[in-house]
Amino acid sequence: MSDVALESAVARPAVTDRAKALAGIALLDRIFFQVTRAAAVIVLVILGGVILSLVLGSLPALQAFGPGFLISQSWNPVTEKFGALPAIYGTLVTSGVAMLIAVPVGLGIATFLTELCPHRLRRPIGIAIELLAGIPSIIYGIWGLFVFAPFVQTYVQPGLISLFSDVPVLSSLFAGPPYGIGMLTAGFILAIMVLPFIASISRDVFETVPPVLKEAAAGIGCTTWEMMRYVVIPYTRVGVIGGVMLALGRALGETMAVTFVIGNAHKVSPSLLAPGTTISATIANEFTEAVGDVYTSSLIALGLILFLLTFVVLAIARYMLMRLERKAA
Amino acid sequence: MSLYATRRKRNSLATSLAWAAALFGIAWLFLILASLLYEGLRGLSLAVFTEMTPPPGSKGGLLNAIAGSLVMTAIGVAIGTPLGMLAGTYMAEYGRYTKLAMVVRFINDILLSAPSIVIGLFVYEVLVHPMGHFSGVSGAVALSLLVIPVVLRTTEDMLLLVPGSMREAAAALGAPRSHVVAHVAYRAAKAGLVTGVLLAVARVSGETAPLLFTALNNQFWSSDLLAPMASLPVVIFQFALSPYKDWQQLAWTGALLITAAVLALSITARALSAGRRKS
Repeated sequence: MSDVALESAVARPAVTDRAKALAGIALLDRIFFQVTRAAAVIVLVILGGVILSLVLGSLPALQAFGPGFLISQSWNPVTEKFGALPAIYGTLVTSGVAMLIAVPVGLGIATFLTELCPHRLRRPIGIAIELLAGIPSIIYGIWGLFVFAPFVQTYVQPGLISLFSDVPVLSSLFAGPPYGIGMLTAGFILAIMVLPFIASISRDVFETVPPVLKEAAAGIGCTTWEMMRYVVIPYTRVGVIGGVMLALGRALGETMAVTFVIGNAHKVSPSLLAPGTTISATIANEFTEAVGDVYTSSLIALGLILFLLTFVVLAIARYMLMRLERKAA
Repeated sequence: MSLYATRRKRNSLATSLAWAAALFGIAWLFLILASLLYEGLRGLSLAVFTEMTPPPGSKGGLLNAIAGSLVMTAIGVAIGTPLGMLAGTYMAEYGRYTKLAMVVRFINDILLSAPSIVIGLFVYEVLVHPMGHFSGVSGAVALSLLVIPVVLRTTEDMLLLVPGSMREAAAALGAPRSHVVAHVAYRAAKAGLVTGVLLAVARVSGETAPLLFTALNNQFWSSDLLAPMASLPVVIFQFALSPYKDWQQLAWTGALLITAAVLALSITARALSAGRRKS
């Protein structure tokens, strides 16, 4: 009898201890779950906040200029008349030049890495290309300003100007004095910056091609070129386009490298050699000097346009890459 | 010419173009590194690390800029890493197939490549404008917003690599869910998680645009986080665009320092994750 009493006296606190411990653990579990979920929600809130703050910040400018803001060429801090067209134009042109150069070269590098490169060199070369993506953009800027632009000014631009001076359309594309800095130089530096993205994404998607498809192509006697052209590229088209769009998104938003070499001229000129400006370069150059609400607000409105532009491009890129992943899975 | 010869010719043309493309790509890496070494090493001296940024025409170093960069990067990483890691944990461990996770994944991918200058504008609107002045804190917050997507992405990817059977084994022993995550999944993915943080540090240590109008710049030593703060990238930006030769020299030296740091970080991160893949 006394035994039983003793036992229950010992056991009862043990049971409640255990229950308490279990409850504690369950609570800890719930807290941990809620904390991680809250963190995920915060990420959502941040993006919402970015959009909201840009919209609120750009309201004064949009109210002052209306939709004409998008097509106006004036940029005059003194009279407080602002328009986004030169910046949008410069952004699109420099990114366009960048893609024209970077897409074929990037695909070439990806082809080289998957088909031609000796196995031993594959990793080091792949890493070297990826390191190119890690170099901060301000480094591209300072290098572009002091090393690349003078080189272009002395050796490349005079040649382009005299080469195309008699060709109808191209003569206006390559017209004017060789400044060195300008939209062509900016586009070229952008091309070098986005090259690693195109190269490494294309390499990754090329590697998703089932070996049996390539073997079949080789089996019917295709050359490497024919295999790439008729088997690999069609199979990976969606992924390659996704990678290109991702690179385009980067090129559109790139700031420092472009700011150094674009020349900061608020006008739309047909010549690629002329100085221009981009949305991000305008913001970087003028934001801290902007006085007055309309000026600041116009710059924020430019930021909103840039964000929407890159958002659309990046969303398409992600959608395409996601489709490819689903296909591979 | 026979069809066969044409095809062979076209093929050798295409393959030599691919070789040329690879050479072209690597050439830029070496060209940029060579000019950085050539221009930057000339200005490298002890004074760079012990003296403040000078007014034009006199001697000086980059001490306040280096310190400012370190402080803001450290705070930015300290804010961004836990947030990114917890969100990444939710995505990989709890909400793998939920709507929330899918939306966050998409949004995070957008943030990952969103123009950093837009992040700067955002922080200006939310912090700098209400406070009324530029400050080191807002610079750090801007950097933390760039850290989050990198850490979130690598955390999720690395946790997904941890085999589910390890989690099941721990759960079968009676380990609660949070313990499974903390003691099994985190431990198994440790190298990958560190890689993510290193990549994030590498990403933000060269960022200029978001600092331009959050932390601005400071010619003097500043330990006050509520005052404008100097940082290496912004000093490089300002000095490189100036007409003074000695400022431009300091800009090159600063550029060399940043690049060396960033490349060292990304090579370390790569080595870590490569070691993991082998084991």
